[in-house]
Amino acid sequence: MTDPRAILEMTGIRKEFPGVVALDGVDFRMFPGEVHALMGENGAGKSTLIKTLTGVHGIDAGTIVLGGEPVAFGEPSQAQHAGVSTVYQEVNLLPNLSVAENIFIGREPRRFGRIDWSAMRRRAEVLLAGLDLHLDVSADLGTQSIAVRQMVAIARALDVSARVLVLDEPTSSLDAGEVERLLKVVRTLRDEGMAVLFVSHFIDQVFAVADRMTVLRNGKLVGEYRIEDITPVDLVTKMIGKELEALEDIEEATHRHSGGEVFLRTEGLSRKGAIAPFSLEIRSGEVVGLAGLLGSGRTELARLLFGADHADGGTLRIDGDPVAMRTPRSGMAHRIAYCSEDRKTEGLVGELTVRENIVLALQAARGWTRPLSRRRQDELAARYIDALDIRPAAPEALVQDLSGGNQQKVLLARWLITEPRLLILDEPTRGIDIGAKTEIQRLVAKLSDDGVAVLFISAELEEVLRLSHRVVVLRDREVVAQKDNESLTPDEIMAVIAEGSGT
Amino acid sequence: MTKHRLFWPVSALLALLLVDLIAKPSFFKVEVRDGHLYGSLIDILRLGAPLILVGIGMTLVVATRGIDLSVGSVVAISGALACLHLSGLPDQDAVGGTVVAVGMALGLCLALGAWNGFLVSVLGIQPIIATLILMVAGRGIAQLITDGQIITITSGPFRALGSGYLFLVPVSILIALAVFGLSSLLVRKSALGLLLEAVGGNPEAGRLSGLRSGRLTWLVYVFGGLCAGIAGLMIAANTPGADANHAGLWIELDAILALTIGGTKLTGGRFSLGGTVIGALLIQTLTTTVYTLGIPDTATLLVKALVVLLVCLVQSPAFRDRVRRRRRPVPATESARAVEVSA
Amino acid sequence: MTALARVTAYRPQQRHLPMLATLALLVGAYAYGASQYTAFGSGQVVFNLFINYSWLLVVAVGMTFVILTGGIDLSVGSVVALSTVLSAELLGEQGWPAAAVVVAVLAVGLLLGTGMGALIHYFEIQPFIATLVGLFFARGLCLTISTEAPSIDDGFFTVIAQTQIPLPGDSHVSISVLIALAVVAVAGYLLHHTRFGRTVYAVGGSEQSAVLMGLKVARTKVSVYALSGFCSALGGLLLVFYKLSGDPLSAIGTELDAIAAVVIGGTILSGGSGYVLGTVLGVLVLGMIQTLIDFDGTLSSWWTKIVIGGLLFAFIVLQRLIARR
Repeated sequence: MTDPRAILEMTGIRKEFPGVVALDGVDFRMFPGEVHALMGENGAGKSTLIKTLTGVHGIDAGTIVLGGEPVAFGEPSQAQHAGVSTVYQEVNLLPNLSVAENIFIGREPRRFGRIDWSAMRRRAEVLLAGLDLHLDVSADLGTQSIAVRQMVAIARALDVSARVLVLDEPTSSLDAGEVERLLKVVRTLRDEGMAVLFVSHFIDQVFAVADRMTVLRNGKLVGEYRIEDITPVDLVTKMIGKELEALEDIEEATHRHSGGEVFLRTEGLSRKGAIAPFSLEIRSGEVVGLAGLLGSGRTELARLLFGADHADGGTLRIDGDPVAMRTPRSGMAHRIAYCSEDRKTEGLVGELTVRENIVLALQAARGWTRPLSRRRQDELAARYIDALDIRPAAPEALVQDLSGGNQQKVLLARWLITEPRLLILDEPTRGIDIGAKTEIQRLVAKLSDDGVAVLFISAELEEVLRLSHRVVVLRDREVVAQKDNESLTPDEIMAVIAEGSGT
Repeated sequence: MTKHRLFWPVSALLALLLVDLIAKPSFFKVEVRDGHLYGSLIDILRLGAPLILVGIGMTLVVATRGIDLSVGSVVAISGALACLHLSGLPDQDAVGGTVVAVGMALGLCLALGAWNGFLVSVLGIQPIIATLILMVAGRGIAQLITDGQIITITSGPFRALGSGYLFLVPVSILIALAVFGLSSLLVRKSALGLLLEAVGGNPEAGRLSGLRSGRLTWLVYVFGGLCAGIAGLMIAANTPGADANHAGLWIELDAILALTIGGTKLTGGRFSLGGTVIGALLIQTLTTTVYTLGIPDTATLLVKALVVLLVCLVQSPAFRDRVRRRRRPVPATESARAVEVSA
Repeated sequence: MTALARVTAYRPQQRHLPMLATLALLVGAYAYGASQYTAFGSGQVVFNLFINYSWLLVVAVGMTFVILTGGIDLSVGSVVALSTVLSAELLGEQGWPAAAVVVAVLAVGLLLGTGMGALIHYFEIQPFIATLVGLFFARGLCLTISTEAPSIDDGFFTVIAQTQIPLPGDSHVSISVLIALAVVAVAGYLLHHTRFGRTVYAVGGSEQSAVLMGLKVARTKVSVYALSGFCSALGGLLLVFYKLSGDPLSAIGTELDAIAAVVIGGTILSGGSGYVLGTVLGVLVLGMIQTLIDFDGTLSSWWTKIVIGGLLFAFIVLQRLIARR
């Protein structure tokens, strides 16, 4: 399927990691003057494909042809020299240097071998002005907002006279106005003849900006489509595949409201810079969903309830009594459990075993002088490995060697053995395979039946709606609505999220 | 087999001992003389005892992602204070006075450990920097205590700590063995080991799991101070006397080497007290081997550098990767050219 | 120096606070000394700081590069000693010409530094361990070459050591001071006006980001250790000019002084932030403390260490407070 117009042609790309085939014979191509969306669920292989294109990972098989020449990138600088520029999901810039330097470092304008600082600042101002951004380019990047950093990253990518611009989840931390501005920039670039690779979870953004899309699933190519040939529903079906049906039967199970006692109640609870004062009730056996975009304050709200951060205003009552939630230990003392969204840095200890990770919270609560006996540890580990179907079923395997879904289950097991009354799940299904996802959703339903309150956070509205009795909507670090989930639709929630967020 | 983390350090130790055996067939001979065990192996254990002690303390500190550069100075302070007190006694051989001297020294070392722990866990200062303070100032404090002199002592009970014998075995070996045994029991029979590894392996995950990491961190620095203090007494007892300039010089570096060789990573998490003991013995055996082989002792440092380099290299995954790739070359040159063409 | 000031002028003042505090301390200490002892007030006291510590200054400049990338170099003291021993050996026993000796010594330092850098970058051995091996290796070489401290009577070396450059006000400095100041100027230029220098800051800010931004991280990391090795060797030569002998047991603990000077000068140990000028101030503060204690006459030498420890504590707490704001 060689097309002479293609600027980039990747054929039969294969990439393996220990124990996992991340990409299996994937074809992918891009054309100048087109925005190409790369779609797929978490774990479909999008990030890996991008990283093979940008030289972070080598490939195990396949070819990459850029501008008619076969290429193989050993490191990111080679890809950049060849004209492939990337803005990564977690903006990878240097907070200790100035805005201007972040744009130009490695390619600073020089005169007689020395860096020409004033020329650099001038050019930075011009570049950013082109992106409709006016600021002091000599300020440290670390003092700037995420949105500004994103623009700086794009400015950097543009200045390399790129032929291919890769934007990996560029909008996930931006508010609606900032998203609009970014999409405008993307369209301008496309009109100037750039080939833009656009990755986003937000399907509406993709349909708003893309000309063509490639769908991946489980490391394999599903297909390449022109935007006019595909509908959003088709796209989702292709991304999720047949396994969509597996989720259907949970839907019925949970929509009965159990109506237990109020377990936790907040009045005007808040934390400066994190979340505006909010009032919230969670009843025993109730599943409360938090909906909102990344950065809307979902995680921040949850962290206050657990004591991961401490509130600086308002009150929190448990069983009607006011409680000071200062540290995670206070949360645990009231039998609240919190599974962080960031499994790697805030959840698991990779070099410890499955068993050790499972007993960690329980052991921490008991203190080091009152160890759980080895037999008790083995029992607990065996029971939850079995109950949650953790694979491999080896309690002495190192957690870092497990797949994302199984890691998530280990984290869940850690908190389940503490027998919580409120379980906070922050993005428990992100980046895990569909099977594990279904099981976790089933588990939430079962816990709720057993009288455990669950606070469920997910970027996927469908999932939130499927599981929750009540949905709390956040926007711009503020709770903007609380709705009983009788027959809510994603569109209604989207409307609330989008409401008032004018451009 | 080579996967076991003590495989390489133990092999290196055995290899060194083999060299000794070939160079001097009587090397392994242990005999009883005047009611004392005698022989090169006993010497290695006896001379290695202070390093083992400091290494054990350091290992727990490193497990929490910390490091304690101040142990050398603490060793000097401990010996200085004990000797100062002893030298002022009318009868240095009095057991009571010796106990007071030892108690004072160890008490001060606990306080110094607590100071380090305070800087790291309460003020949140990077461990390498926090303990650098005491490393620099501590040597001065030790000299202040001894007034810059070498304090010699004659106390029999005190000297027994370094050169005495109990049931044929040198007391210093027994002390090191006891500290090793007790701390191993402590970390593995209680949950301390697991919690320390969690604190070092992933501090934020530990905090969110409800670990009192501040308290644990504090605890390991205090324990590290105590171990250094005991080592300091042992060195002073061996001398016998306090030399504030040289006691414990570079022992922090040797201790860090010992635990690195023993498979504990400086980035924290998993630790092995047994590995540290092996590492310390390896370092001591190296010194003895150089002597046995008749290499001038000025070359000890050179040999040490080379052996340590070798052990660190075979343990480095990056190094093994490179060696493996060299054996199985991939056609990299072609692809490299392709990049240049397109650029 | 003016160029340096111009470049850095647009940075937030907060960054300069530690350095300004060091400067204030230095001026304060000098004023105190001048008020207590009349001889202290003469400009020569300040010039003597430079004369006595020019070798440490050069070593600390090399250390600054390493620390800016977030690394550490424990080998500097041993490399300094090796340079002095090598100089004495090559000039005395081997009878090499002075110029060849200088080149050989610098080359050895560069080579050792590059070797440690390669261990750190390519074999992922921690800087602490790799340079610790370097510490043992270089000191071991010293002792293998010579266990004595022969004095040096080579004509060229003696001339450099004894030449005094007169300054107005009846003061003078040595040639070593000029060399050290030249090193500072070159280092400042490298750090602020070349890609290499900016990459040093980038690596210290975030090595991972630097890699993804396509910067030459490998080359930079190896280079800073090579540079530190070179600076240590040059510092060793300056120490030879100062003492005219090659002592295998000299410069023990220099790594601590160098690290202390860098930290007191406001460079953050985790990397990415700091200035060479701060390091100069840091070295001068160390020297000033020693000078004050010497002038006092009743205080024993160990007070130097205790005071430096106290200063380290004060500056580290200051840095924490600034970072928290």
